[in-house]
Amino acid sequence: MLELLLQHPMLAALAALVGLAAVFGALLGFAAVRFRTEGNPIVDQINEILPQTQCGQCGFPGCKPYAEAIAAGEAINKCPPGGEAGIQALADLLDLEVIPLDAEHGEESPRPAVAFIREDECIGCTKCIQACPVDAILGAAKQMHTVIASECTGCDLCVEPCPVDCIDMLREEETLQSWHWRLPDPVSRRVEIIATDADGDDGASEERAA
Amino acid sequence: MLADYSILLIGAILVNNFVLVQFLGLCPFMGVSNKLETAMGMSMATTFVLTLASACSNLTYHFLLAPLGLEYLKTIAFILVIAVVVQFTEMVVRKTSPLLYRVLGVYLPLITTNCAVLGVALLNLNKEHSFMQALLYGFGAAVGFSLVLVLFAAMRERLAVADIPTPFRGAAIGMITAGLMSLGFMGFAGLV
Repeated sequence: MLELLLQHPMLAALAALVGLAAVFGALLGFAAVRFRTEGNPIVDQINEILPQTQCGQCGFPGCKPYAEAIAAGEAINKCPPGGEAGIQALADLLDLEVIPLDAEHGEESPRPAVAFIREDECIGCTKCIQACPVDAILGAAKQMHTVIASECTGCDLCVEPCPVDCIDMLREEETLQSWHWRLPDPVSRRVEIIATDADGDDGASEERAA
Repeated sequence: MLADYSILLIGAILVNNFVLVQFLGLCPFMGVSNKLETAMGMSMATTFVLTLASACSNLTYHFLLAPLGLEYLKTIAFILVIAVVVQFTEMVVRKTSPLLYRVLGVYLPLITTNCAVLGVALLNLNKEHSFMQALLYGFGAAVGFSLVLVLFAAMRERLAVADIPTPFRGAAIGMITAGLMSLGFMGFAGLV
């Protein structure tokens, strides 16, 4: 075989190029199947970190759209339910600076909350049902509504539309079952262990201004 | 042995700098040097592709083309090999490391068809480099390219806010700066 190829240079050239192309074609075809990516994988990773409250406090219509926006360069500090811990996780994933929560989009609540409808005051207007992003409110027109506590993400969105103000946001009572070890306070993590000349910096900038 | 390799490396980075002395890869040098960030991304992608391309082309030449007496096919074979290797790597990176893909992203396919990449492969043959030498030469060429690109991008970022006479603004002052840098790099000629 090799001798035949060496005797006929044109055959050899053809065989070499066709062989190379065939091998590479197979390799790329294999890679296209084996390493297929649907959508943008970084969006999925960001989406997993976001708390999935679907509350829209970030200004996007849900967690997935906000994840897509972050992947496209949006700021990572617009998710109050995720809080400081969420920002920290996002910053680690995307290799960005940790920035404080943007107060414009709400404050981080200390404990997860659940909506509670005072049922004897409910007039059955269904407005809270339409507002709920996760379908956690059960009821029909002119019928009393109630909240499925295990589905509620505590996003506050149902409080505003209620015409008779019968929805309360209840902080989850801390019981022996639900108690868990507190994460270290993010403020205490900022305490300066290493000496810096951060104070001296102000003087320098004033000098520059002068 | 080690001295030989370090001389090869320094030679490729400074003395025979691919961009400023051999004038290869000028398009990305002028094209993506407007912002330091893109210049960094391009540098990383180039380092990756150049090193990989020199290794692959070396193997292709010595194990496929030379035994069959097909040395004259080297250009087209190298183009094929480099394109496929880069495409394959891009797919793997995209799947396994989305973050790295975000950094290298568009630059990987962009650098594939660059003359510096093919230039390294062909120069490796001309200089009759062994596999290790070819690998180092490719890496050195890429480091030299990155060095110059990042320096140039940093200068252009300052030039963008500098008070330049109107006729020289934009590409013109870029060309002049590149020329001056090239003059500077010619000064390394006696180093090795």
